[in-house]
This record gives sequence, structure tokens and C-alpha cells, in this order.
Amino acid sequence: MVELNLNRRQFLKLSGAAAATLAVVELGFNEKKAYAKSKDFKIAKATVTPTICCFCGVGCGILVHTKNNTVVYTEGDPDNPINEGKLCSKGTTLRQLYTSEKRITKPLYRASGSNKWEEKEWEWMLDTIAKRAKDTRDHSFVVEEDGLIVNKTEKIASLGGAALDNEETYLVSKLMRGLGVTYLEHQARI
Amino acid sequence: MGANPAENHPISFRWLTKAKENGGKIVSVDPRYTRTSAVSDIYAALRSGTDIAFMGGMIKYSIDNNLFHKDYVVNYTNASFIVADGFDFKDGFFSGYDEATRTYDKTKWAIATNEDGTPKKDPSLQNPRTVFQLMKNHYSRYDVDTVSGVTGTPKKDLLNVYKAFCETGKVGKAGTILYAMGTTQHTVGSQNVRAFAIIQMLLGNIGLPGGGINAMRGESNVQGSTDFGLLWDNLTGYLGVPKATVPEHATLAGYLAKETPPTGFWSNKPKFVVSLLKAWYGDHATNKNEFGYHFLPKGNKNYSHINLFKAMYNNELEGAFLWGTNPVVGGPNAGKEKEALGNLKWLVAVDLWETETAAFWKKEAGSDPSKINTEVFLLPASASFEKEGSISNSSRWMQYRWKAIDSRGEARPDLDIIHELALKLKKLYANSPKPADQPFLSLEWNYGTGEAPDLDLIAKEINGYDLKTGKLLPGFGALLDDGTTSSGNWIYSGFYPEEGKNLSKRRDNKDTGNANFLNWSFAWPMNRRILYNRASADPSGKPWSQEKAVIWWDAAAKSWVGNDVPDFKAILSPTEPGGTGAFMMNKDGVGLLFAPTMNDGPFPEHYEPFESPVPNAFSSVELNPAVVINDGDFNKKGYKVDFPIVATTYRVEAHWQSGSMTRNQEWLSEIARYMFVEISEELAKEKGIKNKDKVIVTSARGEIKAYAMVTKRYKPFTVRGKKVHQLGMPWNFGYKGYAKGDIANRLTPHIGDANTMIPEYKAFLCDIRRAD
Repeated sequence: MVELNLNRRQFLKLSGAAAATLAVVELGFNEKKAYAKSKDFKIAKATVTPTICCFCGVGCGILVHTKNNTVVYTEGDPDNPINEGKLCSKGTTLRQLYTSEKRITKPLYRASGSNKWEEKEWEWMLDTIAKRAKDTRDHSFVVEEDGLIVNKTEKIASLGGAALDNEETYLVSKLMRGLGVTYLEHQARI
Repeated sequence: MGANPAENHPISFRWLTKAKENGGKIVSVDPRYTRTSAVSDIYAALRSGTDIAFMGGMIKYSIDNNLFHKDYVVNYTNASFIVADGFDFKDGFFSGYDEATRTYDKTKWAIATNEDGTPKKDPSLQNPRTVFQLMKNHYSRYDVDTVSGVTGTPKKDLLNVYKAFCETGKVGKAGTILYAMGTTQHTVGSQNVRAFAIIQMLLGNIGLPGGGINAMRGESNVQGSTDFGLLWDNLTGYLGVPKATVPEHATLAGYLAKETPPTGFWSNKPKFVVSLLKAWYGDHATNKNEFGYHFLPKGNKNYSHINLFKAMYNNELEGAFLWGTNPVVGGPNAGKEKEALGNLKWLVAVDLWETETAAFWKKEAGSDPSKINTEVFLLPASASFEKEGSISNSSRWMQYRWKAIDSRGEARPDLDIIHELALKLKKLYANSPKPADQPFLSLEWNYGTGEAPDLDLIAKEINGYDLKTGKLLPGFGALLDDGTTSSGNWIYSGFYPEEGKNLSKRRDNKDTGNANFLNWSFAWPMNRRILYNRASADPSGKPWSQEKAVIWWDAAAKSWVGNDVPDFKAILSPTEPGGTGAFMMNKDGVGLLFAPTMNDGPFPEHYEPFESPVPNAFSSVELNPAVVINDGDFNKKGYKVDFPIVATTYRVEAHWQSGSMTRNQEWLSEIARYMFVEISEELAKEKGIKNKDKVIVTSARGEIKAYAMVTKRYKPFTVRGKKVHQLGMPWNFGYKGYAKGDIANRLTPHIGDANTMIPEYKAFLCDIRRAD
């Protein structure tokens, strides 16, 4: 876990949370004011984690506020010199990548000729994928071509990866070349 | 130019508006009057696919009016080099063209050399065979009248842009060119960028703050993923793949001899290659087996995206892994790419969503599931903040992302998926004696014993080790070619120089001078923020101007010092051999105005797009003669008689790329809800189309439905005396998510650039009519 400096923004947030607690006591039942102040509650006591936006290549910093095992709020990271806390509409709605009902939350399998997905266990999925990859590699692998060692398979393709972390792209690159894959491409080409 | 940062890179655009507040000027060149244009000081419209004509005119203007930075050009570019006799240019063809193979013999474009192999030069630039004079002659044909007739840009707008931008050739001024896919996605995409490079070198704008040519990267880590070799022709760090078609590549020694230039920084290539082999194959990489060189696959053809899908379409592929990519929306001629997927036996899609690609077999995709035999495995992936790792932005800043929360549902990080898959395959292959299995069995895969791999071990492997001491390397300067060092990606070596010191995690945001933030994250190479910053100083080592000072030679300290890490050997004085070689990655240390390395000619030359409404005004050659043409059923070509309108694609601010990340969110779907086609008032009138009418757009590849958006942002062009209409549409839509719409790429062609094979999405022919 990263240690954030207690910067201006966080200081405001922490003091805001304290003010909100006081306000309930001081304001009695003034609903309007209490409602206005309750906005502070959403990120009070939330954990703040810095991240970098997953959309374009500018690299804006975003702070992710999490509480009770959900993302409650995201905002521009004021400490990041690239965006100084500012975000576009895509960066602003980062939270919905977590909360969207459209997220797939279980591995899904579609059998040959089938018209539907079936939920499967991870273990079964990865075991089956490994078997398919091995089977294809084994019957298509070329060790030598015209007297030259070529160690390749031209029947497996790997596409994509421009939104992955560096460490992930490194492993994709290493695994695919390690298997002998020549059809290795991603979004930079298109 | 070819970019609309106000919509597609909004926070970068904030810095442009700040520059404007400080007296800077924004010039926007685009077929459409975009949101960027709206904030610009000067706007010029150009017909899609005519960037070289536009820039060729600027090159001519800067030379004719003596606005180029002569000292910079003489010292830091190959302007003074003498080109050998083989080079010639006649009616659209450079010398050495072979029509049968549609390729050039580049040896015809050689630089004349002295006996010791150094280039022959004329620093006065007067010799007619100097690069400078040949260039001047080449662009003498790009006069403003001809250019205006081709681009459709009014003459006064052209001259406004030329005058404003060439102002930056003055010492103390800088200008940058920001570009994106509007520049690259053409059959002349690479030469479009080359034209930018030429003008920026002429104006002395490279290596300075506020200068350069800046690619606006569209994906958060398209920089990093390219650095890490996710392209068919690259291993990590831009080391070329060994090829069965190059006889020298039969051995490691042959490969290194062939691919390593004698001078320039790439002369260190053997150190990078051997260290990579050590990182991948560990103890299995020895001096005896050429450090495992033969474990790497050697292909015998071009395996780029278009060819990949052509092979799939022709039943040549069996399985595919998709890592967060959606070609059914984002690929060219996307209808054919969707059809091709049905020829696979198995498809693995790793994503946050059920994308159009993962669902290609469904009825809603227009498919008949009972006829598609592909097994599809859809694996739920973690979002970026549900895992840990680094990404590299457009400026090569490698920034760390910490994990904020456990993954949603059963989603897992791609890292864990790749790792577990590798381990399962290792298990399946364990103890196999087959020669075919030795390359994979020799691949080192030691990332801890946990279910998830140890991220830190991966990061350190990328940085590299001194294998004799087991210590992390301080940077790529320490790499050796004898097998005693390792590095998974040499350009990143140095980001993790000591245990516990991953520099991508740095968050010290103090300005370390001249708006550099050297202690925030890490920029490859070696934390240098402005590439080629040696060029910010004159040959003697003094900054060209104090306003634009970056680094300078400190004679007392015998070192380059300044506000940035020198992108140069720090102790190489200006008077020593190589001491003025600012473009140190090139063989002769100079920038290439004349680039004999390109597939389609050493100077950018205008050709019309694959589909064009007019004949080429500059020569009798219509299409770039070095592009590969895929014809037949896979790529139908349209002609102006059926499809008279120029079309292009773009994105809207609320949606990202193929839209899977944004159309699956409620708010962004609400902001940009519908697929539309933007047309001019004049075209609307001709076709009887009103704003918000449903229309059908057709090309030789297919047709789509959309809403018409009638705007003043497009105007008909006058091209060679004739009226030419252009329209545009977003390519963010598909049939999944909250906001649905037809896929623009059903219309685009399967044809690519002569150097990179990037598809020509940005200029094709279409027609439009009302849907009812």
C-alpha cells in the first residue's frame, strides 16, 4: 500500500468529516443543512488509493475512495502533475467500472454450436484452455523449415493488451513467444 | 493535426489552453471543425488523406522564405550528406521500384561514403546531390496552388498556417505537432509522420521544451504494451524478431551482425538481445546454444492485424487469445473480421464485459449460432484499480497503480490469468522429450509459489540483474553480451535499480526545474523526459536560447548538466568525436531528412488514398506503390462512381475506443447515446436529408444505419476545381452495452500503410441516403 502525503486535499477531507460529526450535534434537526453536510459522509473514513486513469494515454492521476467493499467515490489526484486534480468525463466516472451491472463476474463458456453462455469454474476454464492451446500447438508446431530451426506455430493468435499493465504485457509477450506464436498483435497496429 | 485532443485527450488539451494564455498559438488542421478547432487561433480544413501535400507545401514555404534553423539543420540532420548516384525520382516513383513485388530496392537510395565508411558531406548545402538540395527540389512541386487544389484548403488558410508555424523556427521559439490516428491511419501513415519530422527538424524544434512530434496515445498503456513487444515484428524494447526469410538470421551471430549498426547507440544491440534471452531462458541460455536464440519463433511472413484476420478468414488459424480487445467493432472491414472469428476452433476473451467480439456468435450479432462451431471462453478480468502494476503514458512516464479494492465478483487480474495458464501448460508439457517442446520447457517461469504471481519478481526481471552477483542493474549501460546480465526489456532497465526501489512508485511532485518532475514516477530511458535534448544546445554545448535551455555542457564539471537527464552520454564533450551527434539512436548521430530506411521512399510523397474521388495531381501514380493490396471478397474496393463521398471516422469525448469500457457505464452512455453521421448542410440539401433523419451509409464493404447530424462543421471541399463532399462518423458504437448503434468499421477497408500495415480507416469512399 502506498503512503500518501497528507496533502491539502486530504486535509480538507479529514477536517470535513470531523465538521460533519459536529454539525449533527450542533444543528439539531435542521434537515436541509444536515442533508448538505451528509455529503461529506460518503467519503468519510473511506480508504484512498491513487491510481492512473485507464482510458487514454495522457496518464491522469485518480484517487479511488473505497469503503465497505465498494468504490464510493473517485476524483482527480491533485498531487499528480499531469492533471493537477482535473479529469475528463471518462476519468470522472471511473467508479462505474466497478459498480456497473454489465460487469461479468463469472467465467462464461459457449460450447460449439450452442446459443447460450454457461457459467463455469475458473479451474475448468483454465484447464480446458490450456488443453486446447496445447492441442493446437502440438499439431501445428514447426521445428524446422527448409533446414532452418524456426520453432513456431502459425495457428494461434494473440491480440490486444494496450490496456494491460506493463508487467502483464511482459508476461503475454514472454508466454506467447515462448509457445512459438508468430501472430502476436495488439491495438498499436490498428 | 490529425488529432482532436479537446475530445480525445482532454486533460492534455488543458495544457494547450494554458500555453494559449501565455501567448502561444493553437493551429488546428482537420477535415472537420472540431472542438479543438473551436479553441484554436487558426483553423484550416483539409480533405482526408492529403497531409503530405499540406506538409510538403510547408517544407517548401520554410525553405523558400529562409525560415528554417540553418545551424541546427547543418549540424543535427543529414541535410549536408551527399546522396549516391542511384537515387532518383520520376513521376511518382523513386528509383529501384519493382512492380511485380510492389517493393523498392532501398540500396538505390544510399548515401555516398568516404573510404572509411563515413558519409560524404557538403556543409554549405550547395551541392545538388546534398539531401538538402534534393529535398528542396522534391518539394518545389508542392506550390501553394497545387497543394490547395489537392487538399481543398483555401490558399489563405494554408499560408496562415505556414506563416504561424514557421515562426517557431526562430531561436527562442518552439512549436510542437500533436497527432493521433488522423495522421497514421492512412496508406501513407508513416510518411505523414515523416513529413512532420522533416518540418520539425528544419525548424529546429526537436529536443526542446514545447517542441517535438507528439503521438497522442489512445489507450492508457499502448505505449507500454508496444515497448513490451506486443507486435508481430518486435520482441521487447524494439528488438526485431528473427525471421526465417533473412538468411543471416539462421544464427544468433548472423542476426546480431545483420541487425547491429556499426555506430550510434544501437551498436549496443547485442547486449540487449543476449540479456533478453537470459531473462527469458535463464540457465537454458548458454554460450553453447547461442543463448537460446533458436527457442524464439522465426516467422516467414508479415503477421500484422490485417494479415492475421485474412489468415483467420481463410481458415488458417485455430485459436486466439484476446486481451481486452474488440475487433468486431474496432477492426477494419469489421463485418469480415466478425465472419472470420467463426472459423476458429477456440477463442479466449479476457475482458470486463461481454463485448461484441465475445458475443460474435449470437443472433444479435447477425450470426446463426447453430452454424458457428467456435468454443468461446470469456474470462472476467479485473478493472485497473482492482489490481496492481505500472503503465506508461504518451510521454513514457511509467506510473504505478495501486490496488484499491478486491476484484468485482470472480474477476481476476490478467496477470494471474496469464501466470496460471503458463503454469498449467508447463505441467502439461512437463518431462516431454519431444524437440518441439524444448523451447517452451526452457522458458523460465519463476514468479513465486502463490496462486498469483509475485509482481515484484516480474518487475525486477524486466529491470534486469547482474547474474554474477545477483544484484539489480543500475540501468542498461551495465548490460553485457556475454550472458552475465539479464533484462526483460532493456529500455526500462534502471527503473528498479536497487532492492525496494521501484522508481515508478515515486510521488514527489516538486518541480525540479523548467516544469520537469524528475522525482515523479520514472520515464524510460533512464528518467529522461525530453528525448534528444542534446539538440536543445548548439554544437558547442550552449543552449540555443536561455528560454528553451534544457541541458548544457559544463566544462569545469566535464559533464552535461541542466534541468533534465541528458539524453546523451553525460561525459561526452562537444569537441570529442560524436560530441555533436544529438540524434544518437541513428547511425551517424543525425536526424534523417532523407530516410532510406522507409519502404515507400526516402522523402514523403503524396499519393491518393486506396479509395479517392480524384486523380493524383502530383504524379500519374494514384496509390502508394509500396502498399500490399488485398483484393477479392476479403476486401472489396469502392469507386467514386458508386461512392462519391469521402468518409472518415473519429471518436466522441464520452466514449473510448470501441466503446466497451464506456457504453457499459450508465452516465457516459447517457451523454453520448446514439450513433450518428455528421454531414454538411450542403450535402444534406443535395440528398434531401434533415437533421436527426435516419440515414443509411454505404461503402463497398457494407452498410450501416445512423442518425444524421447536419452541421456547419463540415464544408464541401473544392478539389482540383470540383466539389467534393466529406462526412464523418464515430466508431465507438456496437450492439452491446447501454448505448447501442451500428458499427462504423463495417464500412472501412482492409488496406494498410506501406511500412506498418496500419489500416486506412481515415479516408475511404461512401454514399449516404435517407433510410425511409
